[in-house]
Amino acid sequence: MAIFLDESSRVLVQGITGAEGRRHTRRMVASGTRIVAGVTPGRGGQEVDGIPVYDRVADAVAATGADVAVVFVPARFAKAAVVETVDARLPLCVVITEGIPVHDTAVFWAHAQRSGGATRIIGPNCPGLISPGRSNAGIIPADITKSGRIGLVSKSGTLTYQMMYELRDIGFSTCVGIGGDPVVGTTHIDCLAAFQDDPETDAVVMIGEIGGDAEERAAEFIQRSMTKPVVGYVAGFTAPEGRTMGHAGAIVSGSSGTAQAKKEALEAAGVRVGKTPSETAHLMRELMRSR
Amino acid sequence: MDLNEYQAKELFAAHGVPVLPGAVAETPEQARAVAERLGTTVVVKAQVKTGGRGKAGGVKLAADPAEAQQKAAGILGMDIKGHTVHRVLVTEASDIGEEYYVSFLLDRSSRTFLAMASREGGMEIEEVAATRPEALAKIPVDPLDGVDAAAAARIVAAAGFPAEVADAAADLLVHLWEVFVAEDATLVEVNPLVRTPDERLLALDGKVTLDDNASFRHPEVFAAYADIEATDPLERLAQERDLNYVKLDGEVGIIGNGAGLVMSTLDVVAGAGERHGGARPANFLDIGGGASAEVMANGLEIILSDPAVRSVFVNVFGGITACDEVANGIVQAFRLLDSRGEAVTLPLVVRLDGNNAEEGRRILADAGLAGVEQVDTMDGAADRAAELAAAGASGQGA
Repeated sequence: MAIFLDESSRVLVQGITGAEGRRHTRRMVASGTRIVAGVTPGRGGQEVDGIPVYDRVADAVAATGADVAVVFVPARFAKAAVVETVDARLPLCVVITEGIPVHDTAVFWAHAQRSGGATRIIGPNCPGLISPGRSNAGIIPADITKSGRIGLVSKSGTLTYQMMYELRDIGFSTCVGIGGDPVVGTTHIDCLAAFQDDPETDAVVMIGEIGGDAEERAAEFIQRSMTKPVVGYVAGFTAPEGRTMGHAGAIVSGSSGTAQAKKEALEAAGVRVGKTPSETAHLMRELMRSR
Repeated sequence: MDLNEYQAKELFAAHGVPVLPGAVAETPEQARAVAERLGTTVVVKAQVKTGGRGKAGGVKLAADPAEAQQKAAGILGMDIKGHTVHRVLVTEASDIGEEYYVSFLLDRSSRTFLAMASREGGMEIEEVAATRPEALAKIPVDPLDGVDAAAAARIVAAAGFPAEVADAAADLLVHLWEVFVAEDATLVEVNPLVRTPDERLLALDGKVTLDDNASFRHPEVFAAYADIEATDPLERLAQERDLNYVKLDGEVGIIGNGAGLVMSTLDVVAGAGERHGGARPANFLDIGGGASAEVMANGLEIILSDPAVRSVFVNVFGGITACDEVANGIVQAFRLLDSRGEAVTLPLVVRLDGNNAEEGRRILADAGLAGVEQVDTMDGAADRAAELAAAGASGQGA
């Protein structure tokens, strides 16, 4: 099963003719993903590594039955690309692009909701998601872990990779990088809920960082609705107030959004929170061993 | 990017939000000239990005140009909560009847925008929200609908503004929304919004935060409002080199790939420092996924020019970029710095993990770079870097 993405997923790449799109399309194909189409306006009829390119998402879907879009287009064109995917009613749109103005994200998110919420948006500013051994939609390295029964949801790309690698002998059902922007489509809670319902997931690692209150809300959800064990990690205890730490959304504003508050909320919900990524992996390892 | 009051008011005026005439001054003489031009009693206001300017003595009334010059001379150069005053706003003084509050902001939790309005302006809105939440109206704004006259009227009604100013307040909100959208702001706040005895509404003070991600749509505004003198010199250098760097106050220089991993590295180093003389991270520096030799060299150069740094921790997880490429990048960065006459003399702890980690470690070991140690785990490497920093600091003192 995994969540959101599996071997039956038919993936199209928006921005496939750009350098990033082209490079990561190759990597996705190499890790077993079924890439069925690319979309670049004005390049319809061309091919990239034998993959047909279309001018519009709707054309690509009609011709190939694509059901997942991965967006690599530059920030200034990203809003239009996501709106097009929503209008074509694709079930999943993974927005890798970094640096999208938050007004644009707010607009495409609102548009997706008003269109009935048929399209799940992951990102923006995210590494995408991988169901190891089955499919890989985005830029997550496929060869650092294997298929298994841990679910992973994280705001950060490299911490996702670190955790996948540390627990590579146990393996993962699905790893979702939800992105580090202030507004993201799919939240920690959405992923936790999906993992809770996924028969192939036994336990979940949740990685958060400073900014906003997504982790606090996730803690509430875990307490209320989850029976599967969750292990947590939060980055940014040493971040100064009012400074953006790399990710646009990683900022402590006044007394809100601190790592300490997030850790306390998670622990109050019964989540064991590691002090370092390695300790977090160790907690998960112990937990899986005791099952 | 947070704006100063005078910058916020320039954007307000450009979009039809009523503000009093005034201009910014960098010297007492300039302040005098502005007061002469205004020809009335003026207020001289320190332009720093912090609250409590009035209490700190950074806001003064001046009856004539000579007094404006004198007050400006007192305020310029003042330190307000760690911010040095480089500019004052000289603006017409106003009679104040009542003080209100209005704002639009990004509501991260709800993934939409929010209008906030209150009849109780003039104080910190967080205080109103905490002590008298019923006095603060919060109305979600759908980004697809925006704020037209009807929506603005609903916000005004929810806040319970008096009937005499309801229309003017709604009109002001429509213009303030225009600022919010047209300038790609994440916050536009008017506090206080003043009702004058002659029934006008004026934005007496304002706060605006612009979305850095939208700077490509507003190159002139970002260039004009960039806060050069308030920026740390190392941060300025890093910006010029397109590096994601934040200066902190510790001794362990940090380089890593990926924002989350670097934030985590700071925490782990701070934790290790508790065992080693209180060593703390000296900076945040994310060199991104690529980690090329040039980026590595540029990053190292900035960290090594921080006089507080005693040791450096390079923490890289090879994901998309494999560790052998990163190791070659470090070796070439050392050569590059050597050729620039800036040979690395501080101890450097490198942790490489992930794709091709063993090959990367071998390349680095074979290169035999002076002062470079490898530790295979992040926690172990952080501990060693903190230990070296503590030793370096005590060596310095001896």
